Amino acid sequence: MTETVLLYLFSAAALAGAVVMLIARHPMRVALGLISTMLALACLYALLGVHVIAVFQVLIYVGAVMVFMVFVIMLLDTRDPSFVARYSRLLLPGALTAAVLAATLAALLARHHGGRLRPPGGADFHLQPFSVAFLRDYWLHFELTSVLLVVVVVAAIAVIRGRGGRDG
Amino acid sequence: MDRSQFLVGLSVALFCLGLLGVIVRRNALVMLMCMELMVNAVVLSLVTYAARAGSTAGAAYVFLIFVVAAAEIAIAIPIVLLLVRQRRTLDVGAYTGLGG
Repeated sequence: MTETVLLYLFSAAALAGAVVMLIARHPMRVALGLISTMLALACLYALLGVHVIAVFQVLIYVGAVMVFMVFVIMLLDTRDPSFVARYSRLLLPGALTAAVLAATLAALLARHHGGRLRPPGGADFHLQPFSVAFLRDYWLHFELTSVLLVVVVVAAIAVIRGRGGRDG
Repeated sequence: MDRSQFLVGLSVALFCLGLLGVIVRRNALVMLMCMELMVNAVVLSLVTYAARAGSTAGAAYVFLIFVVAAAEIAIAIPIVLLLVRQRRTLDVGAYTGLGG
């Protein structure tokens, strides 16, 4: 019972954060809306029993990505015209597209209800089997992410320095 | 309505709100954040199914998606900063002539 109430509460919080992202004028408020959505999603993951993904969500998304984003917003000029006029002239077609997509996906979801996905012999998610599998079966993928991050750092420096490294 | 279906419905709603944000907002940074919202919505549906199936592979895959999303932001933000340095605005309507 409590879990169901919490599920609806955090889902409502996630939706509210997403709506704030659409209507807020200043990017900092949009970033705060996104952070609240991500925290609500982390709470939903914890409710589902996948605590490790909830921790990943808080550490990687809220802790790293969004802090980076907030820093960049603080770096930029607040008198930018895009801070005053929120919407481009694609407002009507965009709203139509999103409404059509939402209706299609909702209709699909309503048609395929209740099918059990649990494979025979599938157990609940537990941290210990995940940790063992993560560092035994997926160690190569884990190491490849570090290679990817190095590539990204080099690429970011190359982008900022530009052609010939004028004013990097 | 069972729990998984509700969460997948929530992920559909978040994805559509994110798509709407990418299309209608003018600020380049806000568009990036709406893209992050779309990624989060898709990850929510993946986590829902992975938790339902008790799959460790799903959880490992979510970790990889998080790292790729962090990498995407780390590349996208310098590009936005360069655009701002050149055009003096964050308004995507001003970025004409980006082709070729």
